[in-house]
Amino acid sequence: MPLVTFLEAIKQALFEEMAADPSVVLIGEDVGVYGGAFKTSEGLLEKFGWERVIDTPISESAIIGAACGMSYMGLRPVAEMQFIDFIACCFNQLTNFVAKGHYLWNAPAPIVVRGPSGGGVHGGPFHSLNPEMYFLHTPGFKIVYPSTPYDAKGLLKASIRDNNPVLFFEHKFLYRRIKEEIPAGDYTVPIGKAIVRREGKHLTMLSYAAMMHTSLEAADALAKQEGIEAEVIDLRTLLPLDEETILQSVKKTNKCLVVHEDTKTGGIAGEIAAILAEKAFHDLDGPLVRVTSLDTPVPYAPTLEEAFLPNAQKVFAAAKELANF
Amino acid sequence: MPATETATKRKLSRQQYLDLYYYMRLNREVEDTMTKLFRQNKIVGGLYASLGQEAVSVGSAYALEKRDWMAPMIRNIGALLVKGVPPRDIFTQHMAKFTSPTKGKDGTSHFGDLENLHIVSPISMLGDLIPVMTGVAMAGRYLGQKIVSMTWIGDGGSSTGVFHEGMNLAASQKAAFVLVLENNQWAYSTPVRRQVPIENLADRAKAYGIASYIVDGNDVVAMYCSAKEAVDRARAGEGPVLIEAKTFRRRGHAQHDPAEYVPKEQLEHWEKRDPIALYEAFLTKEKLLDAKGKKAVEDKIATLLEKEREFAENSPTPPAETAATGVYCTGDDCHKITPKWERPINELLPPKSSVDPVWIVEGFGRGHNAARGDAPIHFGDVTPAAAAEKQAAAAPPPKAPLAKSHAQSNGKPPGNSFTTSAGKKPAPAAVKSGSRGKARK
Repeated sequence: MPLVTFLEAIKQALFEEMAADPSVVLIGEDVGVYGGAFKTSEGLLEKFGWERVIDTPISESAIIGAACGMSYMGLRPVAEMQFIDFIACCFNQLTNFVAKGHYLWNAPAPIVVRGPSGGGVHGGPFHSLNPEMYFLHTPGFKIVYPSTPYDAKGLLKASIRDNNPVLFFEHKFLYRRIKEEIPAGDYTVPIGKAIVRREGKHLTMLSYAAMMHTSLEAADALAKQEGIEAEVIDLRTLLPLDEETILQSVKKTNKCLVVHEDTKTGGIAGEIAAILAEKAFHDLDGPLVRVTSLDTPVPYAPTLEEAFLPNAQKVFAAAKELANF
Repeated sequence: MPATETATKRKLSRQQYLDLYYYMRLNREVEDTMTKLFRQNKIVGGLYASLGQEAVSVGSAYALEKRDWMAPMIRNIGALLVKGVPPRDIFTQHMAKFTSPTKGKDGTSHFGDLENLHIVSPISMLGDLIPVMTGVAMAGRYLGQKIVSMTWIGDGGSSTGVFHEGMNLAASQKAAFVLVLENNQWAYSTPVRRQVPIENLADRAKAYGIASYIVDGNDVVAMYCSAKEAVDRARAGEGPVLIEAKTFRRRGHAQHDPAEYVPKEQLEHWEKRDPIALYEAFLTKEKLLDAKGKKAVEDKIATLLEKEREFAENSPTPPAETAATGVYCTGDDCHKITPKWERPINELLPPKSSVDPVWIVEGFGRGHNAARGDAPIHFGDVTPAAAAEKQAAAAPPPKAPLAKSHAQSNGKPPGNSFTTSAGKKPAPAAVKSGSRGKARK
């Protein structure tokens, strides 16, 4: 099997789904001739033509609105946010129109909204967002945030085939830095299922997207240096959250650390803490520990951004303290 | 720039004239019935009247064909009736009954029917329907259907940002879309003159490079003729059309609002221009309606609404346990999503769909396909070449860089790489080197 980047995996998923199903169309800014700001749709226009790869004006609300209208006609639009930060511009279309339709008037909206997210690349405060928690609070969405090329391809395909609106976040730090062998043909990865990336018995480390790799790095060091075996779980989907896999692991290790690149207050670690308090209170032998970004906008200068983001050292230190609690 | 136009008033068939009359009367009677229900505390939330605006809803929706799509606004009860919604759906919606189209999950005219009547539900946020109905028109064209989509917006809603985004997208896509801009002079308590510094809201069409009409919204035949012309043009591929209907909101924003901010003289002026009274005079003059005919319409409506109101009043309220259901579509058993193709699918698949992906600029020739090759990357990401280079430099990946550097920790972040995971498949098989924050060096 060939080694492919995260970015190539996204491209493969789009290509294969469009080739298999003419109801799949791509709509967004500069997705056609230019092939997308990060080239995730490179070559799609050439293959599938102007009707299926639609370059739009800079109008995020109109992109989502039009995708919504297309989905009512039985199409499966993939709407690209050039940078996921711009999803704030169409917040109303997403949260009030798209997300509520099925509950209110039985109108499914099979849309995927995808785009490059996350920091660590000096994108500054408007090109580094982790937007998951703005939307996790809105019933009606599914939220997917993969960490590997294999998952990116399989989950994007599953998202396109899903009858619900799926917010699919692609951590841009991973686009060209991560490679792995993935099957060339069709496969899907189920939405809503976490995966154990590393088995361990001393504590559970929950993470996703770029921070999954940071967590694994810290876990390996903990094992080698401290003899601490952390079980690393990649959440993969944030909504619906795979409570079963989380609880199973925490009931085994009795300790839980959550690592996320999103800011701390109102981050998903808080939600996980609540779930553990409700459903695993007697299994916990220590406090839930959060390693997250600072509660600030994403700063631009490399020194500031490094201070802002979690890294393997911060995870290592927090995990060591928790293991010894 | 296309100038604002006036549609030719055409001659309709006797049946068409009488249909317009029937639906306007039905629109008013449905709302009168709901006002009574409201006063009996049988309406759960607010009640919004379209008194005096019936000709806009009825005349414009009457120009649509069965295959066409529409999305009403809160005051377009008449459009719903014309498209085929039974009055009971409107009553049960307002009374939050389990038999309502939304099973009590939303009220007012907030409901739709994708399968049969081709109605998209509005939401309370104004302007959002414009890009949505643009998308409907774009999809219709893509599927090979010869449909037109229509929605309505008030003078108030025309100030939203999404109005502009939607109109511009519709225009740039040449979507078969008709927008009826219902200028009823008041956005809640704010007069149109304090919202917009222009006389005619139809002038905005010029900015989008699209056709527009200005029409007397209280003249149902003029309204229909303008809408018909607009729908025909949109269907013929001429692009979207904006119709400004000049009319007047004769009640408050909703039942709670006595609208004392409206000058009495202005209200009286428009009361004298009641669209139903004007139309009755026209029909009488043209000998299309006499006292007997009028009585027959009234009786028909009274009988219908009595039955529909009783159905609604006797309907159950939704069982509490249904509150938790229906947020997600559970799959094909819930909704089988199948587009209705009216063109050969193979046109949309390679090789037939394949194109030369370049822009051609008139007078200057062709650009290059920027998507090809090892193009430079948007800031912040590594180039493919750099990634490959680092990949090579990183092989074999360091075994435990974190442990090593942590041992010499001097407060700086230890380790400078994502290591290869020992985790089970599927895990990343190879990774880059270079830590976060250092990728650009």
